[in-house]
Amino acid sequence: MQFPESWLRTLVNPALDTAQLAHVVTMAGLEVEAMTPVAPPFNNVVVAEILSAEKHPDADRLRVCQVDVGEAAPVTIVCGAPNAGPGLKVPCARPGAMLPGFEIKVAKVRGVESFGMLCSTKELGLEGAADGLMVLPDDAPVGEDFRSWLNLDDTLITLKLTPNRADCLSMQGLAREIGAITGADVHLPQTVEVEVRIQDTQAVQVSAREACPLYLGRVVRGINAQATTPRWMAERLERSGIRPLLAPVDITNYVLLELGQPMHAFALSRLNGGIEVRMARAGERLELLNGQNAELAPDMLVIADANGPVALAGIMGGQPTSVERVTVDVFLEAAFFAPMAIAGRARRLGLSTDSSHRFERGVDFGACRRAMERATELLLDICGGQAGPITEAVAELPQRTPITLRLARLERVAGIRFEADQVAQGLSALGAAVERRNDSLVVTPPSFRFDLAIEEDLIEEAVRLFGYDNIPAQPPAAPSRMLPLDEKVLPEDNLRQMLVDLDYQEVITYSFVDPAWEGALDADARPLPLANPIASQLSVMRTTLWGGLIETLRHNLNRQQERVRIFELGRVYASLEAQVMKVGGLIYGDALPEQWGATSRRVDFFDLKGDLERLFGHALDTRRGVHPALHPGQCAEVWDNGQTIGWVGTLHPRLVQAFDLPFAPVLFELDSRALIQRRLPRHASLSRFPLVRRDLAFVLDVQTPAGELLAALREDAPAQVRSIEVFDEYRGKGMAENKKSLAIRVVMQDTERTLTDREVEDAMQKLVNTALRQCNASLRA
Amino acid sequence: MRNPNEVVAAALAAIQSCPDLQTLEQVKAAYLGKSGQLTDLLKSLGAMPADARKTAGARINEAKQAVEVSLKARRESLQQAELDRQLAAETLDVTLPGRGLSSGGLHPVSRTLSRIQALFRSIGFEVATGPEIETDFYNFTALNIPEDHPARAMHDTFYLQGGELLRTHTSPVQVRYMQTRQPPLRIIAPGRVYRCDSDVTHTPMFHQVEGLWVDESVSFADLKGVLADFMRNFFERDDLPVRFRPSFFPFTEPSAEMDIGCVMCGGEGCRVCSHTGWLEVLGCGMVHPNVFKHVDIDTERYIGFAFGLGVERLAMLRYGVDDLRLFFENDIRFLNQFN
Repeated sequence: MQFPESWLRTLVNPALDTAQLAHVVTMAGLEVEAMTPVAPPFNNVVVAEILSAEKHPDADRLRVCQVDVGEAAPVTIVCGAPNAGPGLKVPCARPGAMLPGFEIKVAKVRGVESFGMLCSTKELGLEGAADGLMVLPDDAPVGEDFRSWLNLDDTLITLKLTPNRADCLSMQGLAREIGAITGADVHLPQTVEVEVRIQDTQAVQVSAREACPLYLGRVVRGINAQATTPRWMAERLERSGIRPLLAPVDITNYVLLELGQPMHAFALSRLNGGIEVRMARAGERLELLNGQNAELAPDMLVIADANGPVALAGIMGGQPTSVERVTVDVFLEAAFFAPMAIAGRARRLGLSTDSSHRFERGVDFGACRRAMERATELLLDICGGQAGPITEAVAELPQRTPITLRLARLERVAGIRFEADQVAQGLSALGAAVERRNDSLVVTPPSFRFDLAIEEDLIEEAVRLFGYDNIPAQPPAAPSRMLPLDEKVLPEDNLRQMLVDLDYQEVITYSFVDPAWEGALDADARPLPLANPIASQLSVMRTTLWGGLIETLRHNLNRQQERVRIFELGRVYASLEAQVMKVGGLIYGDALPEQWGATSRRVDFFDLKGDLERLFGHALDTRRGVHPALHPGQCAEVWDNGQTIGWVGTLHPRLVQAFDLPFAPVLFELDSRALIQRRLPRHASLSRFPLVRRDLAFVLDVQTPAGELLAALREDAPAQVRSIEVFDEYRGKGMAENKKSLAIRVVMQDTERTLTDREVEDAMQKLVNTALRQCNASLRA
Repeated sequence: MRNPNEVVAAALAAIQSCPDLQTLEQVKAAYLGKSGQLTDLLKSLGAMPADARKTAGARINEAKQAVEVSLKARRESLQQAELDRQLAAETLDVTLPGRGLSSGGLHPVSRTLSRIQALFRSIGFEVATGPEIETDFYNFTALNIPEDHPARAMHDTFYLQGGELLRTHTSPVQVRYMQTRQPPLRIIAPGRVYRCDSDVTHTPMFHQVEGLWVDESVSFADLKGVLADFMRNFFERDDLPVRFRPSFFPFTEPSAEMDIGCVMCGGEGCRVCSHTGWLEVLGCGMVHPNVFKHVDIDTERYIGFAFGLGVERLAMLRYGVDDLRLFFENDIRFLNQFN
């Protein structure tokens, strides 16, 4: 909400300067978002009239003007503005004037002495057209100080009000609040009951009595809608961000700003018969004042005449019944619409109006009549006409039930002591009726406060008036208890750090992605779509981290980064129930950063797999699998504890092309739960007896995975076998076309004694048999 | 008999001129070997008379010793020279960079989250998490934000086509946590949140940390104490000014916004603090009784406070990042600055 400080000061004028006032208001919960001077500093500018304007003898574009500045004799001023002409009233900077950025001096312009400058808006730092001199109205008083005549020593204050403080959405409400905070006297606008000169009324029937508990109407006939809105009113409207339009409309807008009561004026002659306040009927439409043709829903409250809706109650009037320049008779409306009957409707229609903003939050139902009288008074003053009586339809208005505030509770929540009298005094200043009862206060909130209903609401008010800053910040006292620390769970931070140590850079990408990525990575993916995405390329919830990782790779390749190693720890959203935390990564480019001491080569599958083995701290159970995004020959499913936990592989060449990448990155994605679950270490006694190593070279089918052979050997190995590992793979020369050789190292050791040659040989024979039986692998000759 | 002194002189000359250990061993053999010159002299003693033999023997032994001493010295000198040569040959340019992988780095948001968690853990807050796709109930209703409440307009919510939504804040974790546990409770809940808003100062996804402390005697003064302590430790500034302003959140009452003195200009006024000297850093307040009612916590017995802070905002202030969007562009040159 924006308003001029000068208006506020007419209602409440605490002994504080602008900055102090802003601070006090902010610290009371009405946050001052901006303070903008109406005009930049300048001085010595007066209202002047151009008496004559002759062409400069030595310059085609300049004119020599005789200007009345309110002194005995006119002054000569040379002026280059195209619109300078006799009879024009303009601002005139006198010699010695300081304007924004420069000073005015007596000077010769092409040989003619000039005593000042006629000004455009731009030269004064004001808003408005700057294509010539600033033209002032005919009634501008010549000689008057320009600044004070236009009340330019004023500041626009913008408040960021919270939704609970609807009572501060008017000058009256703000004044009341500032009075309560600062203790300054408050002078609320006085209203009079206007004289009723005619007996005309407009029939009103309220059918939706819950949605509209109070409806005041009044007919005013014989107005001049074209009357000029007085300058003081236009100025206050403009400085509050409302453009003056037409006097009757300006008046209802003014009352809205002054008292907080949204009002509406209908062109009486356009209403067809009596009006009804009712819920809209399905299919009804209304052409609104902004030109929008709105389709109404049955939960929207309307004002209707015999032909149908004429206004969207509390939100916006209809175009066909709006007041125009030719309107002579008007019907004024001041109503209380229940917040729940208005809330959300405007937003659904894509609207937010000053009226709906207030009704949604709560308008003072106790002040409707005052607002009606105030608007009528202004209307008669400005537009003339004769007022009829106020008609009133009243149903059940909101109750203001007394609330008990226990002092002990207040002190417990706030953490400090309070004086009951001081609390009572503060609440009274806010307009509440307060009664002291033992150690409690019984408080009845005023009609303009919709946010005071329970004890906590009063606690907040009491603490607020006391000042949040006056409550000490104290370190809380609580029993010291240690936090549980599950050693079998690796903290996520440690997991991140391990990846960082493996030369991965962490990235964070959006949880919503381009559906095209999802489709490209897995044609069968059915990602959850957003109903209201911010952009089509951010419109579905990701089912894999790879889309974001590949996009990050592309982004960095475009910035000449040629070696990229990244990971992300984040959720993927297979379904509502499965929002699973995954860790995914991508490596691309050289295996090592470019360096003098190592030959460069590109990363491959086994670089990444090695990183994962280091991450897990043990060998990975990987099995061949098929993933649509991965190269079919360089793709493995990762297993842990008998279940699949993710994938590792090289990006499919088709996708390398689709994503326009120079080479294929290697990717992984794992369920992070599998990575953070660790075992609790358990000590086993060390053997004092010698190790025995034996190497076996097997020849087997190229298609048989090493993992299968290892698994078979480990499964069948006698207890003394400590480890079985592959230390070489060979294919090519000396091997049959479809065969390969795997060199296996077996390490044996017993904890009780030294193994005999016989035992070792028996064990080896057993393994050789197993290899032959399970994997058709024979010992290499 | 040859004069031993002459033999010694010749031997010492030969030893001194030895260029390497191999030659030295040859010289040694020529004088002290089985048929070396000094050995031969010793052998010739047998033919001497007994008294002459004694004198000559002593002279020959002296000569032998002199040669051995010289041999040893020469050997050591040659060994040292050889070691010096080897060391010289093996000398590296140790100023060349080391070999192997470089090191990655944490995302600045992670780094900040980690710091926030460490500080709160140090006074006994546990870490809790909750789903990011939420229901209307947990994100709004249970937090005292009924349908059509104007506060909903403050949350530009992303909806899924099934009617679920992306949580707009981490506050739903409060509700989920309290549903299954009884006070006393002390948690923080970090995570991603979403609002459909995207411009210079908003990204549609960002991170929050929610905090909640429920016990029989926590107060607004405690809330102020914890948060002031946090901010001063987070920024490592014991003298960091803080202030609390009344505000409105449906799920807390009294509600407050917390400001800290601008860490960019020290309160003088700058672009970052819009020339106010203050930075709004979080929202907080005492848990609203309607929230406790939704989770069956006795509002007479227990009091709680809650807060929610924006992680990116703190990261920007801590590290001087001037554009929020940089966090999600994942430009490695940007990310590397935090390693």
